[in-house]
Amino acid sequence: MVDQSAVGRSFTPVTARVEPGRLRYFLNTLGEQNPVYRNADAARAAGFAGMPVPPTYLFCLEMMDVDDPFEMFSALGIDLARVLHGEQSFVYHAPVLVGDTLTFRPRVASVTEKKGGAMTLIGIRCEVTNQDGVHVADTARTIVVRNEVAS
Amino acid sequence: MTASGDIKPGDRIVQKVFPPITRHTLALYCGASGDHNPIHVDIDFAKAAGFPDVFAHGMLVMAYLGQALTDAVPPPKLRSFATRFVSITQLGARLTCEGTVTELFAEAGERRARLALTTRDERGEVKLDGSAVIAL
Repeated sequence: MVDQSAVGRSFTPVTARVEPGRLRYFLNTLGEQNPVYRNADAARAAGFAGMPVPPTYLFCLEMMDVDDPFEMFSALGIDLARVLHGEQSFVYHAPVLVGDTLTFRPRVASVTEKKGGAMTLIGIRCEVTNQDGVHVADTARTIVVRNEVAS
Repeated sequence: MTASGDIKPGDRIVQKVFPPITRHTLALYCGASGDHNPIHVDIDFAKAAGFPDVFAHGMLVMAYLGQALTDAVPPPKLRSFATRFVSITQLGARLTCEGTVTELFAEAGERRARLALTTRDERGEVKLDGSAVIAL
């Protein structure tokens, strides 16, 4: 079971390029028709220097470009089948645009046991910077692990 | 309705209904998002993990909520976006995403509004409960 010793642990930084084709696949999957994400003129009219990404896409970029998307779970000895996503947040500091290269630096911020050990909540925080060193966003997620409880 | 300078607490500025979630949507989202956890696409894996069937990625549901949000709020105005995944979203769910202004305040030298966000399925069951901060 994951315990307090995991707090502060960091994982391999992930470098991800915002590629237009992969972004289009995401937009199509979601039926996203907002011209701001699909049309360069609309994006410029909205005040962007390029084509922006939708608000949750940072989460996808981190998972798509990591060598092992479940590194954290294997490193902490967590069975993927026992994992649920509890919470997710994004704080946006600067635009993320098609063509950017982002670096994600995830770390374990907290470990909390719930329901007498039946669940462990793991808080992961991640700073995101772009190719110019601009701090573009902070993301945070809470992973819920359903522990095997001895009967 | 879009967010503008004259919104006030209680205004519902976000509302969008999405088509039912299909297995195909889950397969596409698996590839499009990079979240390859088999629990969302492989029924054998889901059953072995104790679930009756595959179910939607929480982040797929949050992406729909984000879409509803930026339909109403220009993306450059979005300062933060957070959700709690309240319950599992099942196959076939028809999601309704809504957002209501709860507070107006000043921060970092600009006028901002806080929105309370929810995503419910066709039975009214809450799937996501969240908030966003937008600049006015």
